Amino acid sequence: MTSTKQFCTFFVNGLFFGVEVLKVQEVIRYQEMTRVPLAPAMIEGLINLRGQIVTAIDLRRRLELTLREPGQLPMNVVVRSDDGAVSLLVDEIGDVVEIQDDIYERPPETLKGVARELVQGVYKLKERLLLILDTEKTVNLTGAGNRAQENGQ
Amino acid sequence: MKDELQQQLIKDLLIESFEGLDTFDREMLALEKGAGNAETINNVFRIIHTLKGSSGCIGLNKIESVAHVGESLLSLLRDGKLTFSPAMISALLEYSDALKEMLRCLEQTGQQGAVDYTVLLQKLQALQAGGAETQKPEAAAFGLFEEGPESPPVPQPSPVAMTEPAPAIAPPTVPSGAPEKAAVEKEAAARPTTSVSDTAIRVDVGQLDKLMNLVGELVLARNQIVQFTAESQEATLLNAAQRINTITTELQESVMKTRMQPIGNVWAKFPRIVHDMAQDLGKQVQLVMEGKETDLDRTIIEAIKDPLTHLVRNAIDHGIETPEVRRVAGKQEQGTLTLRAFHEGGQVNIEILDNGQGINVAKVKEKAVQRSLVTPDQAARMTDRESFNLIFLPGFSTADKITNVSGRGVGMDVVKTNIEKIGGSVDVLSEAGQGTTLKIKIPLTLAIIPALIVSSGSERFAIPQVSLLELVRMEAEQARKGIEMLYGAPIYRLRGQLLPLAYLNREFKLEAPSSNSANVRSGDSVVNIVVLQADGRQFGLIVDEINDTEEIVVKPLGKQLKGITCFAGATIMGDGKVALILDVMGLAQHSNVIAEVHDRSLAGKTKAAERVDERQTLLLFTAGQNARMAIPLSMVARLEEFPRAQVERSGNQEVVQYRGQILPLIQIANHLPSAGAAPTQSDPMQVVVYSEAGRSVGLVVGKINDIVHEAITVQRKSGRDGILGSVVVQDKVTDLIDVISIIHAADPTFYGEANNLTKANS
Repeated sequence: MTSTKQFCTFFVNGLFFGVEVLKVQEVIRYQEMTRVPLAPAMIEGLINLRGQIVTAIDLRRRLELTLREPGQLPMNVVVRSDDGAVSLLVDEIGDVVEIQDDIYERPPETLKGVARELVQGVYKLKERLLLILDTEKTVNLTGAGNRAQENGQ
Repeated sequence: MKDELQQQLIKDLLIESFEGLDTFDREMLALEKGAGNAETINNVFRIIHTLKGSSGCIGLNKIESVAHVGESLLSLLRDGKLTFSPAMISALLEYSDALKEMLRCLEQTGQQGAVDYTVLLQKLQALQAGGAETQKPEAAAFGLFEEGPESPPVPQPSPVAMTEPAPAIAPPTVPSGAPEKAAVEKEAAARPTTSVSDTAIRVDVGQLDKLMNLVGELVLARNQIVQFTAESQEATLLNAAQRINTITTELQESVMKTRMQPIGNVWAKFPRIVHDMAQDLGKQVQLVMEGKETDLDRTIIEAIKDPLTHLVRNAIDHGIETPEVRRVAGKQEQGTLTLRAFHEGGQVNIEILDNGQGINVAKVKEKAVQRSLVTPDQAARMTDRESFNLIFLPGFSTADKITNVSGRGVGMDVVKTNIEKIGGSVDVLSEAGQGTTLKIKIPLTLAIIPALIVSSGSERFAIPQVSLLELVRMEAEQARKGIEMLYGAPIYRLRGQLLPLAYLNREFKLEAPSSNSANVRSGDSVVNIVVLQADGRQFGLIVDEINDTEEIVVKPLGKQLKGITCFAGATIMGDGKVALILDVMGLAQHSNVIAEVHDRSLAGKTKAAERVDERQTLLLFTAGQNARMAIPLSMVARLEEFPRAQVERSGNQEVVQYRGQILPLIQIANHLPSAGAAPTQSDPMQVVVYSEAGRSVGLVVGKINDIVHEAITVQRKSGRDGILGSVVVQDKVTDLIDVISIIHAADPTFYGEANNLTKANS
């Protein structure tokens, strides 16, 4: 038998993403956020996670997708990174799924842009494709594009 | 003093050595089981090496010499010249017991004990020699065991069952010392004292930091609960909340305490420094330390170590005189250096007092002028207190020659910057011939800091109180007129000083709360200026609202935000929301309010170097018909406006009531022949307040124009009364007013009680 892995899944702009369950600290509802002036636009703000200050990154902006409708509140997928917890803002939470390794494939060569960099691989589920995010790369914004708002004088 | 230091060193040695020897035993047993490797041997060697070194350092010769023998044996083992044998291991364990015994004796009686370890030492030496000659250490060891004249039969240690018995079989092999040892043990048993290593444990600093973080979070949660339950009527809930409240406070204090270290830890090395320096310099110095137990956060202890050392060295080098000089001055030959620490007003105060020669004001000024840190003029006008502070200028040194002790001109400015960096302040007081006192004030901790909470564009920000100077609030009319534009840069005149301004809303691109408040000129809203200091320079930050001061717990930002220099971290407010902590320095740079000033002063410096004159800050004004006049800003205590109606007469002297005092007014125009006789009639009157030795006088001028910071050269000396000469300021000829002679002319008694210095220069 091939081995299996568990993924925490979520939706961003209609795309189906997954993050390895072990990397996820918790999933929480929308939290009130404190904006950080001068920060890259993809940093939505800071949330108070039981006394811990966690940076929230908007996955739509991070993945260079179309922006959320105003009033559509995102959910927080809090992932563990080398630098502590970071929250990824997603549209909707899916299930935790257990998937066999044999339907895994490297991302196709045709995948371009930021997705190519952040998507580790693809699971070919029956009904849809599950894109696996590389969390370390996702939370590392150095060199990330789309730095609107930054340092205008 | 020396004894206390010795006690501390012994205590440290005991803790370290008991731990080390326990490890030693463990490793030995591991080696015996064959579980050890090269690292294990290295480890035991290091333990013994350290023990030998430390005990030698504090004069414990007996322990040192015993330790030495074992060390030699271990070094052979380490280098592979010998291999371990069971006999060797038991001898080494016995050796470890002997060391422990001496240490225990030291702990209880302060003596190293009278037990004689010759036999043991011989045995170790024999093992060593045997190993070096032959590769049969076992035989050599056993031979010695049997030959030992007083040695009772020792059961042959079996390699397998040796784990526990080793220490047990040790005592009988120290026969000659056995009776004394028994006595010591009896004595020890009689005493109820606990061992140092039983009452103190070592804790990982990271662990303490984590604990501190958790407590910080608890404090925030507590704040929320208390806020929430305040509205509740339920007695049990209120009670519980109250208890949580007090327990949390207590817990916070206790945890803070664990991170605290007595300042004595830093001072511990001073007796030695003082002793060595005094010897080098041929001085006699007695060191007095008061308040050694005063606790400080360990981060702060780290930060003040070097500045304090520098100040102590300075006091001995520059402060305390040689015995001959002291004798001539009628003082005790031995100088006294006092270190004093105490808590006051939530701060730690550290004072360094010497009863030496004090700061020689004239010499300080001379040196400052020599090194072009101030102009001769400025120097002449400085009060003693101002002159003392010259020693904190970069590049200042009074030492005539550079010694290895001091005089390199780096030091006091670094001391000041380092202390200011941790939110402290340093002040110097001195009396010629009597001595010098340096007063340092530093905060207790850096993890929880007092901060001012402000809002802008509906966001809250925390500003560390350390960088906060004052708050200015302007309403309606004032708000419209108060802020002037200088080539698009907003400026506010703060008591005559031009204060560059930054709008927090604009810097951070926040939405303004109302449509027109971004433009202060058109709105009639209130303007709040937070006057901040960064890198010794001031600027004003305009915020929408000033909320409150609060103790905040500083939390770091994630690496995604590290690049933004405007924030020093974040904190969680009482309502559970996150607020950013402003980094005042970073913000000043971001908004260009500081960089600009820097460049300007730098340019001034280069110019000054060319002209061999120093830049000065001048207050420019008009009086009478004379267009431009200037006085050095250092002579200005304050700038005030008085309505004419407030002017009263006392004899033929115009006066106003000012801060509970009577302030005599002098019309500058009247004392300047060239200015034309018409005294200024403007209402309100513009008055420059000048203070000397607690007395003040108001100089009435026409109009205050500007404050400039530039290099000036007196072009033409003036023979006219009241005018020092003419200078070119901003490309225009400006008369430099001789304030002292004007005041003297108007009120000859003014300097009557002022100090000699001013008299000499007036």
